[in-house]
Amino acid sequence: MSDAGEFAAAPVSAPALGAHPYMGISAPGEVEAMLEEVGLSGFSELFEQIPPEHLLARPLALPPTLRAEADLHRHLDGILSKNGSCADHLNFLGAGCWQHYVPAVCDEIVARSEFLTPVWGTAASDLGRNQAWFEFASGIGELVAMDFVGLPVYSWGCAAGHAIRMASRISGRGEVLVPASIDPERLAVIRNYCAPAEFRGHIELVLVDYDRQSGRLDLADLRRKLSGATAAVYIETPSSLGLIESEGAEIATLARAAGAETVVGVDPISLGVLAPPGEWGADIVVGTTQPLGVHMNCGGGVGGFIATRDEERYAREYPTLQVSIGGTLEPGERTFGVILFEQSSYGSREAGKDWTGNSVYLWAIANAVYLALMGPQGFHDIGEAILMRSHYAALGIAALPGVELRFGSGFFKEFVVDFGATGKTVAEINRALLARGIFGGKDLSTSFPALGQTALLCVTEIHSKDDIDRLVHELGEVTAR
Amino acid sequence: MTAGLRRYHAAVWDEPLVQELTRPGARGTEIPPLEPDLRDAVGDARGLVPGAMRRAAPPRLPELSEPDVLRHYLHLSQETLGMMGVSLFGTCTMKYSPRVTEALTRQPFVAELHPYQDDETLQGVLEVVARLEQALCELSGMARFAFQPGGGADAAYLHACITRAYHAARGSLGGRDEIVTSIQAHPCNPATAATAGFKVVTLPLEENGYPSLDALKAAVSERTASLMINNPDDMGIYNPEIERWVEVVHDAGGICFYDHANFNGVMGKIRAAELGFDACMFMLHKTFGAPKAGGGPAVGAYGCSEALAAYLPGPFVSHDGERYRLGEEGPESIGRVREFLGNVPQIIKAYAWVRAMGAEGIEQAANLSVLANNYMECGLLGIRGVTKSQPHLTARRLEMTRYSLDELTRETGVTAIDVQNRMVDFGIDAFWLSHEPWIVPEPFTPEAGEMWSKQDIDYWIAVLARVCEEARSDPETVKTAPHNQVVHQLDPRGLDDPARWATTWRAYRRKHPATG
Repeated sequence: MSDAGEFAAAPVSAPALGAHPYMGISAPGEVEAMLEEVGLSGFSELFEQIPPEHLLARPLALPPTLRAEADLHRHLDGILSKNGSCADHLNFLGAGCWQHYVPAVCDEIVARSEFLTPVWGTAASDLGRNQAWFEFASGIGELVAMDFVGLPVYSWGCAAGHAIRMASRISGRGEVLVPASIDPERLAVIRNYCAPAEFRGHIELVLVDYDRQSGRLDLADLRRKLSGATAAVYIETPSSLGLIESEGAEIATLARAAGAETVVGVDPISLGVLAPPGEWGADIVVGTTQPLGVHMNCGGGVGGFIATRDEERYAREYPTLQVSIGGTLEPGERTFGVILFEQSSYGSREAGKDWTGNSVYLWAIANAVYLALMGPQGFHDIGEAILMRSHYAALGIAALPGVELRFGSGFFKEFVVDFGATGKTVAEINRALLARGIFGGKDLSTSFPALGQTALLCVTEIHSKDDIDRLVHELGEVTAR
Repeated sequence: MTAGLRRYHAAVWDEPLVQELTRPGARGTEIPPLEPDLRDAVGDARGLVPGAMRRAAPPRLPELSEPDVLRHYLHLSQETLGMMGVSLFGTCTMKYSPRVTEALTRQPFVAELHPYQDDETLQGVLEVVARLEQALCELSGMARFAFQPGGGADAAYLHACITRAYHAARGSLGGRDEIVTSIQAHPCNPATAATAGFKVVTLPLEENGYPSLDALKAAVSERTASLMINNPDDMGIYNPEIERWVEVVHDAGGICFYDHANFNGVMGKIRAAELGFDACMFMLHKTFGAPKAGGGPAVGAYGCSEALAAYLPGPFVSHDGERYRLGEEGPESIGRVREFLGNVPQIIKAYAWVRAMGAEGIEQAANLSVLANNYMECGLLGIRGVTKSQPHLTARRLEMTRYSLDELTRETGVTAIDVQNRMVDFGIDAFWLSHEPWIVPEPFTPEAGEMWSKQDIDYWIAVLARVCEEARSDPETVKTAPHNQVVHQLDPRGLDDPARWATTWRAYRRKHPATG
């Protein structure tokens, strides 16, 4: 797919063998000393277990070697410079990956080699990392008002998938109600966590409609679909369309009355101003960790968390690892230990709860730093700033001819803009905006056809009034007939 | 040899929790203030939130100044050993993560990319993805790669999802509900298979160190959906009958997944597709030089044959002759196992590693890592109390070997975990024991890799020799270790007690009011 000629070239440019900068063991004298110790004159006998016919009979065809760091840097810089980024464009894309300011201290800490390199360690020798993980979990617990928090999983969608499976095991039921307004990418992830009808452990996802006026969950449809088969009701606030689910407590009450668990997905950056789900009826809270001090990284910054009340019926269903404060052999000394290891896939293979493995544990440290930098006041201020700036943008955009908000107020950070009356498609508008240095909102016309030519715009604390005024001005020009 | 051990002590800061350092009113950062005319235009922020959904009491987060926060987390970093000493943690291929790509991926042209940007503005990222895909295809013989899985286990899960889709497309999903694996496969293989709804058939090891072909034949049937297997396993034993295994599973209508977690010793030597496999997985955070990071962000790069490519998750990177495109998946795709394209910075790091190593460097690394493992064996088996797993198998092991301290334990009462705890007193990162279940008693599994020098490896062996001596002369010192670390040995009692465990500070304060 890339320059095939480069791959076809025989690798001839680098020295045949010898010391490589990344390979401490490649110094020629050491290699010979080790060969002598094992009683060999060459490498081939080391591979005596592998039948000769399994061995590749030709050299690998890979592009030329770039051993000199300066050459490698130049090569990568040349390729990556072809990207245009949200640093050199004005960005209004969100939808599961959001541009927030990342404090320099977050970057400084996650770049530390001590945090960059550990693999597992012990409670004594990697205490600092484990403590940072505990501080991450503690911060998430405060934001969502839940006492039990696991170490992070790959993403919000993965967290929701695990939570739905936890709820199904707890309730012994196999149907989960999910809002029809959910982000399609996240729903695609969740679907894969639900075994198909042919299999044991099957979970049926049932979409609950959203109110076409308010964009919020349609409670009448929820009541129709809740039954004795419902394992869980999964809702999000803010929803994938940006709306604050104002009847969260009522939804949780309805779910509880049906004997179902309430699983709530949240964007934690909102929780300085929005009520924590643990206080209005959530049983399991999941969400994203990316907004908390992690760069977007083209989607590689995402992470997810799972939080519940500290009750055994929940704790004993976690698929994750989690660390608890513990003691040492020295009276009064504190450390941190992994708990409930036995129920993880590491402890019990297929008999464990789902599975765990490498995750986004370094980002949990970035999250911990962010939570400490922000504090309660920071979360209040950022929540207010996002509310105010996103509503300011919505006001300006809605005042343009032919452009209107699809739903009313009561959103956080993201809102749906209807361009239908402009006669232009979102794709056309976004192309024109791109030519003016702006990444427009996510095009919803294909994922939510019922919403017509709409886009989901994201405004955060990084957008100044001037940035927003510029967007409104450019949108006015590109939507003008 | 043991006389020359370095004097070492971990940094001890006695660092309180960040929550305990709180100083009411202190601030670590400021949010840009609202412009007055923006505020005038919008009005009161409170009015923008429905009353019932307003937060009443602020979250009890720490309140500290910016330097307070910086120093706290610097202290915690210093109280983390990581790879500052010598880490030969088996199965995880501890290797050098080049810092040049750490620096490059922190730049805005990677860090400040949104995954939904127009692909015209993602040409650099898409080119790297395509180039790495091509390199991994060359290393495996596979036709396509997906980088979406967030780790090796997620790639195993992706395989389980693709297995469902493959058999569903043939109308045989209901009857194809078993996945076959081995007791020496990583736990993520059976665990992800079970999560996807499959029944797991686990084959035990036999005298050759791997399950017999007869056992496989007996296990495989018209119910077999897939084989999920690693080779070599993490005792360094290679199953020479693996091609026959693949044939047996194919003949029964199943597909075969090669968990290449243990790729380091066979890089450039064997190719999964040529052994008949339909799919494989490489860990970019192990074999390909991206950092461990304490457990991710990671990538389990999933490769498959042309026949399975239609089931891969989207989005797809392609090239139309002029530019790279990020396209949606087709109707047969399994959808997503995680949001977005993948851990893009780690993909870039892996591509850079491939370029810096080159074909000859990759083969050299495979040679050296196997040589280093066999060199280690000479030293380790010279230590009284250390034995090798499957000692009757005399063929040279590949990049790692499992050993046992059972003799030492029987003689002294000192266990493998005790030894692990004592070795960290010398700056040696805790060694890997074994995945569950322990087939070898008191196991440990070092993997030398190619990063460490002979001197580092000799030092590691010398520390183990010293600790084994201590186990005889002063077992109490070993059993109560560590003594030179940040804190003393974890007391596991109470950790799994619901009345005492606390995964958050708020839970701790509630359960331990006197100290909290």
